[in-house]
Amino acid sequence: MILKLALRNLWGAGVRTWLNAIVLSLSFFTIIWSQGVYHGMQVDATRNMIAMELGGGQYRHPDWDPYDPLTLPEAHGAIPAPLQKLIVADKAVALLLAQGTIYPDGRPQAVLLKGIAPEQQILELPPIAPAAQPGQIPVMIGREMSESLELGVGELLTLRWRDHTGAFDAREFLITTVFSSSVPTIDRGHIWLRLADLQVMLSAPGIATLVVVSPEMTGTQLETDWVFRSQDYLLADLRAMVRSKSAGAAIMYALLLFLALIAVFDTQVLSLFRRRREMGTLMALGLTRGALIRLFTLEGALHGVLAGLLALVYGWPIVYWTAVTGFALPQASQDFQFAIGDRLYPVYTLELVLVTTLLVLVTVTIVSYLPTRRISHLNPVDALRGRRS
Amino acid sequence: MTAEPVIVINGVSRLYPVSSGSFAALSDIELTIAAGEFSGLVGPSGSGKTTLLNLIGSLDAPTSGEIIVLGQKVQELDARGAARLRRDQLGFIFQTYNLLPVYTVFENVEFPLLLLQMERQKRRDAVMDILERVGLADRAGSRPAQLSGGECQRVAIARAMVKHPSLVLADEPTANLDADNSHRILQTMLTLNRDLGTTFLFATHDDKVIQYLRRVIVLFDGRIAQDEVRDETAVSAGTPGGYF
Ligand SMILES: Nc1ncnc2c1ncn2[C@@H]1O[C@H](COP(=O)(O)OP(=O)(O)O)[C@@H](O)[C@H]1O
Ligand SMILES: [Mg+2]
Repeated sequence: MILKLALRNLWGAGVRTWLNAIVLSLSFFTIIWSQGVYHGMQVDATRNMIAMELGGGQYRHPDWDPYDPLTLPEAHGAIPAPLQKLIVADKAVALLLAQGTIYPDGRPQAVLLKGIAPEQQILELPPIAPAAQPGQIPVMIGREMSESLELGVGELLTLRWRDHTGAFDAREFLITTVFSSSVPTIDRGHIWLRLADLQVMLSAPGIATLVVVSPEMTGTQLETDWVFRSQDYLLADLRAMVRSKSAGAAIMYALLLFLALIAVFDTQVLSLFRRRREMGTLMALGLTRGALIRLFTLEGALHGVLAGLLALVYGWPIVYWTAVTGFALPQASQDFQFAIGDRLYPVYTLELVLVTTLLVLVTVTIVSYLPTRRISHLNPVDALRGRRS
Repeated sequence: MTAEPVIVINGVSRLYPVSSGSFAALSDIELTIAAGEFSGLVGPSGSGKTTLLNLIGSLDAPTSGEIIVLGQKVQELDARGAARLRRDQLGFIFQTYNLLPVYTVFENVEFPLLLLQMERQKRRDAVMDILERVGLADRAGSRPAQLSGGECQRVAIARAMVKHPSLVLADEPTANLDADNSHRILQTMLTLNRDLGTTFLFATHDDKVIQYLRRVIVLFDGRIAQDEVRDETAVSAGTPGGYF
C-alpha cells in the first residue's frame, strides 16, 4: 500500500523525479561500465600474459632475481632432470636469459637476450625464422622494439654480450622475424634468439635460466631445487596494478554518485518543507508517523530503482554492444602498460552488477531517510496549519 | 444503534504556553454529542473552535479533562491507536480542502480506502458511489488544480465520507466558497447525514452554515456560552444565525 502511494507521489512529481533519476542512473551506469572495462582489461591481460609469457607457471634458477639484472650472469645452469622430462614431453619450454648491449644511433642501450627453442608450442610466440645465409644468426624482436629501433625484417643489428667466462664478444645479427603482441613485457628491450644460438654465444651448452610449463600444468609442482613460481603468483603484480587503476577510477564515480545523492537529498528536504500540510492531511486520514516516514523514505529510495531501470534502458545496449564487439582503445591508453590487445572487451560480471545495484539502492535509501527522520517530531496540528515545527 | 454518545467531553482545557505564562484556548468544556447529530461549534475567530475539533479528532491532546470518542478515551490511545481511530471512524473536512495535488479526484477519494486495505473492486464502487452523491462522478480523472473551489471541497467531502465514518469533523468548510457552493455542500452533507446516519460536527462562523445546523454550540473565549437544539422546521426554514 505504501509502495503504491510512493509510486503515485513519485509519478506526480514529474520533472524533478526524472532529473534525479537521470543523474543517478548516469553514475550507476558509469560505475558498471568503467568497472567492466577494467575487469575486461584484467581478463584480456591475464589471458595474453598466460599465453605469451607466464604459461602455467615457471621454475627458476635459484640464483635468478628477475628484479636484479646483475644476477643474470650467474643465474643459469643445467636443467634439472624432472623439468627436462617435461620439455621432451612438450609440456614445458626452457628459456635462457642474458644481458646484452645494442647501439642504436651509436648510443649503448641495455637489452635482455632471451633464448627459446623455436619449435616450442608452450608459449604463443612465432618461431624465429632461420637466416637465409649460413653463418648468420637470426633474431626476433617485437613490433614496439622494431619501431623504436627503426629496424625491420632483413636488417642487421649489432649486439655485444659477455660469454660464460666474462669475456666480451660482439657481432651482427639478422632480424628475421618481427612479432606483434599485446604483452609489453616481452617486447620492450627484448631480443629473442634461438636457445641453441644463445647457449653457443655464452659458450655454455645445455643451460637455461627458467622453464615455463604449459598452462595445463597449472597446479602441479615438481620436486626440484629450481624455484617454482605459480601462475597465480606471477599474475599478482598484474592484479595489483589493475586494482590500483580501478581504485583511481572509483574516485570519479564516487564523485558522480555523491552528486546524485545530493540531488536526492535536496529533493527530500524540499518536499519535507513544501509538503507539511500534505503530511498533516495524511496523518488526519489515519497514517501514523512511522508510515509517513516509510512513505517518504520509499519515495526517495524509488529514485534509485527508477535510475536502475533507466540505466538498463540506455545502458544495456551499450554494455552489450561493447562486450560483444569490443572497442578500439585510444592511443593514450597504451601507457597503461597492460597486456591488452587493440580492442578491449569489457567484462561485466553478475557480481559487479548486483553489488553496484545494492550500493546505489542502499545509499539512496540512506540519504532519503536522513531528512525524513524529522517527520517523527511532526505535530499534526502544526503540519495542518502549514507551520514548521 | 444504541444511544451511546459519539463524543463525550468532561472538563477539558487546552493551554498554550505563551511568553507570559499560558493561554487557555479552551477552559472547562463539558459537551456530549449524540449519534446522528448535525451540530456545530459556532463562535468568532480565535474562540477555540479549531482547537476543540483537533482534540476530538485526536490530532491534539487536552491539557486536562477527558475526551471520549466513539467509546474510546482519546488520551489513553497511543499514536498508533489514535491513527487507527482516525483511519477507521473519523472523517476530516478542512477549510483549505487539503487535497493531495498529484492525485486525481478518484485517487484522492480512494485514499482512505487504501489505508483500510479494501480490495480493488469494492474501492472502485465505493469511490464512484460517493462521487455520484457529491455530483463529481464525471470529474474522477481530473486533478485538484483543474477544479473550482466548490468542486475541491466536494471532493474533500467525498474523501471524508467514502469510508462511511461514524463522525465527520468539518472545520470552516465553506470559508473559501461562495453562497451557491456553500448551499450545495451543506445540502450534500445534510443528505449524507440523513441517509447514512453520519454524525457531523462543524466549526464555523458562517451564517450560511449555521442555518443548516440542528444544534448550535456557541464558543466564546474558549468557553461554551450557549448550547441550543433547534427543531426540524426551524432548520429547514433557514433560521438565520445572529449568535454574536
Ligand atoms: N499552537 C498555538 N500556540 C499558541 N496559541 C494558539 C495555538 N493554536 C491556537 N492558539 C490560540 O488559541 C486560540 C483558539 O484558536 P483556534 O482554536 O484556532 O480558534 P478558532 O478556530 O475558533 O478561530 C486563539 O487565540 C489562538 O491564537
Ligand atoms: Mg479555526
